[in-house]
This record gives sequence, C-alpha cells and structure tokens, in this order.
Amino acid sequence: MMTANSAPYLKHSWVNKLSDAIYLNKSLLLALLLAPPLLWFGIIYLGSLLSLLANSVFRLDDFTGQVVREIGISNFKSLFEPANLDVIARTTLMALLVTTACASLALPLAYYMARYARGSTKALLFVAVMLPLWSSYLVRLYAWKMLLAKEGAISWVSQKLQLQWLLDALLATPVVGGPSLSFSATGTFIVFVYMWLPFMILPIQAAIERIPGSLLEASSDLGANHRQTFSNIVLPLAMPGLAAGSIFTFSLTLGDYIIPQVIGNSTLYIGQVVYKQQGLAGNLPFAAAFSLVPIVVIAVYLWLAKRKGAFDAL
Amino acid sequence: MWLKLSAWAVVLFLHLPLLLIILYAFSSEDKSFVFPPPELTTKWFAVTLGRTDVWDAMKMSAQIALYSTAIALLLGTLAAGALARTQFFGREAINLLLILPIALPGVVTGIALRSAYHSMEIPFSFWTIVIGHATFCVVVVYNNAVARLRRISPSLLEASMDLGANTFQTFRYIVLPQLGSALLAGGLLAFALSFDEVIVTTFTAGQQTTLPIWMFQELVRPRDRPVTNVVAVIVIAFTFIPILMAYWLTRADEDSQNR
Repeated sequence: MMTANSAPYLKHSWVNKLSDAIYLNKSLLLALLLAPPLLWFGIIYLGSLLSLLANSVFRLDDFTGQVVREIGISNFKSLFEPANLDVIARTTLMALLVTTACASLALPLAYYMARYARGSTKALLFVAVMLPLWSSYLVRLYAWKMLLAKEGAISWVSQKLQLQWLLDALLATPVVGGPSLSFSATGTFIVFVYMWLPFMILPIQAAIERIPGSLLEASSDLGANHRQTFSNIVLPLAMPGLAAGSIFTFSLTLGDYIIPQVIGNSTLYIGQVVYKQQGLAGNLPFAAAFSLVPIVVIAVYLWLAKRKGAFDAL
Repeated sequence: MWLKLSAWAVVLFLHLPLLLIILYAFSSEDKSFVFPPPELTTKWFAVTLGRTDVWDAMKMSAQIALYSTAIALLLGTLAAGALARTQFFGREAINLLLILPIALPGVVTGIALRSAYHSMEIPFSFWTIVIGHATFCVVVVYNNAVARLRRISPSLLEASMDLGANTFQTFRYIVLPQLGSALLAGGLLAFALSFDEVIVTTFTAGQQTTLPIWMFQELVRPRDRPVTNVVAVIVIAFTFIPILMAYWLTRADEDSQNR
C-alpha cells in the first residue's frame, strides 16, 4: 500500500519540486507567466514602433528611390507644408465632429440601457449594440455605399417624403456637398459616426450603471425634475465613460483610411496620406513621419481632456 | 417617453444598414444599388458558390484567424494569469502595452510592422499577416481571461492545495475548468476580429488576398456587385455566430462588473 502510493510521487518528484518552487517563489511564477507575452510584445511590437520612429527620421533619395539611413528632420519639415497641414486640420476637425455626434447619439441610448431597460429588454439592447461593434467593418461600410448611392434607399425615401429639395440643397452646399451623398463629406461624416457609435455607447452605459440609485432619488427628492437630474447628476458622472468612448472615436477617425476612400469626395485624410505615401509613392520614411501625427493629436487631446477633468471621476 | 423613443431610434440606426445588406443579396439588379430592388432572386447565391476566388480568400482568412487566435489565446492567458491578482512595479506599463495595438490607430500599427519587415528585409507572407493579427488579438483574450480570473475565489485554490494538489494539478482541475468558457469567448472574438481585419492586413500582406482585402478591392472598384452582396451576407452570418456565442459565454462576467 505504501509503495503503491509513493510510487507516483517519486515518479513525478521533479514536477512536485517545480510546483513547490513556483508556489514558494511567487516572482518565479510571475516571470514564467510574463516571459512569453513580454518577449512577443517587446520584440515584435515595440521593435516595430522603434523601427517606425527610426524610419521617420530617414529620408528617401529622390534619384534612386532608396531609403537613406541618415538622421534628419526633412520629413517633419514637409509635415508643415500647407497641403499637409490642411490634411491634418481636416482630419482633426472631422474627428472632433464625429466624437461630438457620437456622444449626443450615445447618451440617450446608454442612459436608457442603464436606468430604464430591465431583464430581457436590457440584454437585447446590449446585444444590439455589441453586434455592430464586432461585426464586419467592411460589410457595414458596404451597406452605407448602398444607402448613400444616388439611386439608393436614402434618395428613394427623401423622394417619397417630398424632401428631395432638402437633399439637393445639402448636396449643392460647398464643402459638405457633392454629386451624391456617397461622394460628399457629409457621407464620410455619417459613416464615421455610424461605425464608431457602439464604441461610445458601451463605456457611457457602464459609467451610468455605476451611479448609485440613491443619488438619483436624492436629486428628485430635493425637487429636481428629470431634465435637471440628468444635466446636474447623470451627465457629470457619465463623463469618465464619455471620455473613454471619445478616445476610441477620436483615435479611430484619425487613423482610418478606408472610409474616406470609399465614401467621400477626393479630399485626403491622414490615414490616406500614410497609405498612399508608403504604397504608390514608396516613401516609407515620410509615411512613418506622417503616421506619428495622429499619435501627437491624440496625446494633445488626452492632455486637454485631463485638464478639463474628464478623468477625475475614474 | 422621449428617451425611450430616441434610444430605440439609435438602435434602428445601428441595424437598418445590416438589414439592407440582406435585402440586396436577393436583388436581381447587378449594375447599380437601385432601391427598392426591381425583383428578388436567389440566383446570386449559386453564382457565388462557383467562385473559386471568393472561396480561396475565405479559406485564407479563416486560416490566418485560426493561427492568430491560437497565438493570442496562449499569450493572452499567460498575461492574464500574471496580471489578474498581482501588484508590482511596471504592471500598468505592461497593461498599456497589451492595449496599445488596438488603442492606436490601425495605420500606426500597420505601418510600424511594415517598416520593421522592411528594415529586417523579411518578405511579406502568410506569416507576416498572422504576426500582425496575433498582436492586436491578445488584448481581447486577455480582457476576458482577467475578468474571469478575478471572479475565481482564492479560497478555492487554497483548498485545492490543502487537499494535496500541486500547482499544476490546481491549475488543471480548479482554474482551467472555470477559465474555459472565458477563453472560448475570448478566442471567438479574436477570431471574428482577425477574420474581418483590413487596415493592418493591407500593410502586412504581399500578394495574399484575404476576404476583407477582396471586399475592399470590390468597394473601391466594383466589378461583381451581386457576388459582393452575397459575400457580405455570408460574412455577417459568419461573424454573428461567434459574437453571440461569446456574449452568451461571458454574461455572468459582465453582470458582476456592472454591479
């Protein structure tokens, strides 16, 4: 009996030794667990980012078309050319507008989900927001190509509602208009808002969910109506969620090159310049320098949001 | 009342385009996106079935997604195990490092990888795509696994040890069964994310045509509208299933986080 019991222990004694070592030495366990992900992210991801930084200070030889590995700031100087500043300003403005629109559409749904919907309705709404978030980006973009086309559903509906004049007036307006919605800045804006809306809804919903119900009761006990409670209690406490969501909407808009290429007039956005420079022009150094712009813009945005106190309640 | 109406209006806004995709797959019109479709037909499904380029692209995407998910499952679980209940210097930095590939704009991750491959003179291949996808899929698995690990009571682990199990046995018989469904959910979402990714892929692919790249080419220069319509429906079906399953598997984690 003794031998039968001790045999497996002896057989696996090295396993038990290792097990004991791990149990007694927590940092050994930590090191073993962390080594593979850290190696992957340290070498592949940080390495890539470093190579991006390195490339951004190199330059392209105009004659040979080869990358010259000398440190210089010529790429960053070109960033300040009027055409490039124009692209940066347009993309940043678009990101701000998209973020504002997403926030104003997300708030009512998030508030309703967190405070009013119960049971199966709540689960249904949650799935209804999550499905578009995870489902195919290209398919949803394709759907908008259909909707916004000249012969598409939006034109048809506006004709049926006798609102064709409104659509025509919008399309005739310079800057936001164009030959049809799918070739206008308005179209680009609508699609951006549609694509990133779920990224705004979920964090706001989570933030409102965390507000204790007693706070809202206290507010109405003290005589505030729904509107006052919303703007004085719910909105300030939903701010951290809004800030978190806005990081997504802002950063996704700054870095996207597919949407403005498929829906929109031919004006360029940051992502498109990066894509074109590295692809057709083969100017990897300039593309690398340009791709640092969204990172700087996001950093400035985060800094401003922090100063405004958007993260105080986190 | 207004709140309820506007909430449902937003839900409608999110879902009408998806319904339209399904309608157009049956449209008999093949030259434009005319609405309403003149006639409904199922013939484009048969046409798509016979298209080898579509099936090859789909197979390529599925393979890339499988390999990326496998790598992400391994790395994400290890990272979650290390960070779920510990406090040490640099913990937040590691957390940030894991999130960065999806928090930074896709073009940044894409061009960073491209410039690294370029500098190291690595030719683009199937594997250069997988490396990119795996990198941004890790955080999905990590998030699911961390949420679940924090729900496992430490006293269960202590009880297992007290009853004579070693570290590995405790992991095998106590942690893994509880972690299983969270890992499955994370894996499903990582699969959906990779199967659908286009921005990083365009920077890390050479001649490989994944399904999103095939669709992107169709979006820029439409050649086969009806086939694209059908592919769109297939992709929707293909991604909805893993997303719904992942939701169902992690419902409890969501609830406990909200409380």
